[in-house]
Amino acid sequence: MAKIRIPTPLRAFTDGEASIEVAGGTVGEALSNLVEQHPDLRAHLFNDSELRSFVNIFLDDEDIRFMQGLDTEIADDDNLRIIPSIAGGNPPRSPQSMGGKPLISEEA
Amino acid sequence: MAFLFYGESHQGKNMVIHISHELQREIAEQLEATYPNEGGGFLLGQGAADQMQIVDIVQVDNVFAEAEQHHRYAMRPQDWMRLEDLADERGLSLVGYYHSHPDSSAVPSEYDREHALPNFVYIITAVMMARANDMRAWQLRADRSAFAELALENHLQPQRRGADSAQDA
Repeated sequence: MAKIRIPTPLRAFTDGEASIEVAGGTVGEALSNLVEQHPDLRAHLFNDSELRSFVNIFLDDEDIRFMQGLDTEIADDDNLRIIPSIAGGNPPRSPQSMGGKPLISEEA
Repeated sequence: MAFLFYGESHQGKNMVIHISHELQREIAEQLEATYPNEGGGFLLGQGAADQMQIVDIVQVDNVFAEAEQHHRYAMRPQDWMRLEDLADERGLSLVGYYHSHPDSSAVPSEYDREHALPNFVYIITAVMMARANDMRAWQLRADRSAFAELALENHLQPQRRGADSAQDA
């Protein structure tokens, strides 16, 4: 069976396992099998049935988005890897935030 | 002088983040240098459910469109792969990442929440007028609803006001 490498923060949902063997002939089937084995992963990988925008799946060193996406065919000895795209951002700036004073959220 | 603020981790326990004054200073200097754009990097460390020791930091380039870098930060997926492998080689874990909020608070935005993972430490540094003046640590709740603030010994700012789970719009 193919293997999927799990990123460190999500290993809490795979009983600490870094690599999970999965069944399936395509990347999509393999991911479905993964979340069947470890259902708590689903919310962090999928938004409804779509992969979350910051979740990347690599087959060897290639992003499946540049292949056939979830329909990309895989073989039994293939190695998949889940790689998050780290992203962050500032809240919209307000006139107050430009005043040079420390801005700590009052709702905090 | 140091202040500790406590939040609830996904396990329902208070997690404490230990990070040296030197590493905090290194983060601050990097993020002051990238001002007015956002900067960031990865946190390598070791820890259990309630204690996390940050052992090293690795700066990573902001690859978001340059015109948006004043309020957006992104890394290449390949950076994650490289750093996760590096952490494994060193017997460490990729435990979190840090980034700046130029001219804003060290509180996660909605954009941060949408792009976050649980069980990962998010250190946010407020950089006001090119000076890092606040550093706070957060962790996404397991249900993805909000961030909880973690205890962090903040060496950057001697005084600040209250803290708990929160996020900006």
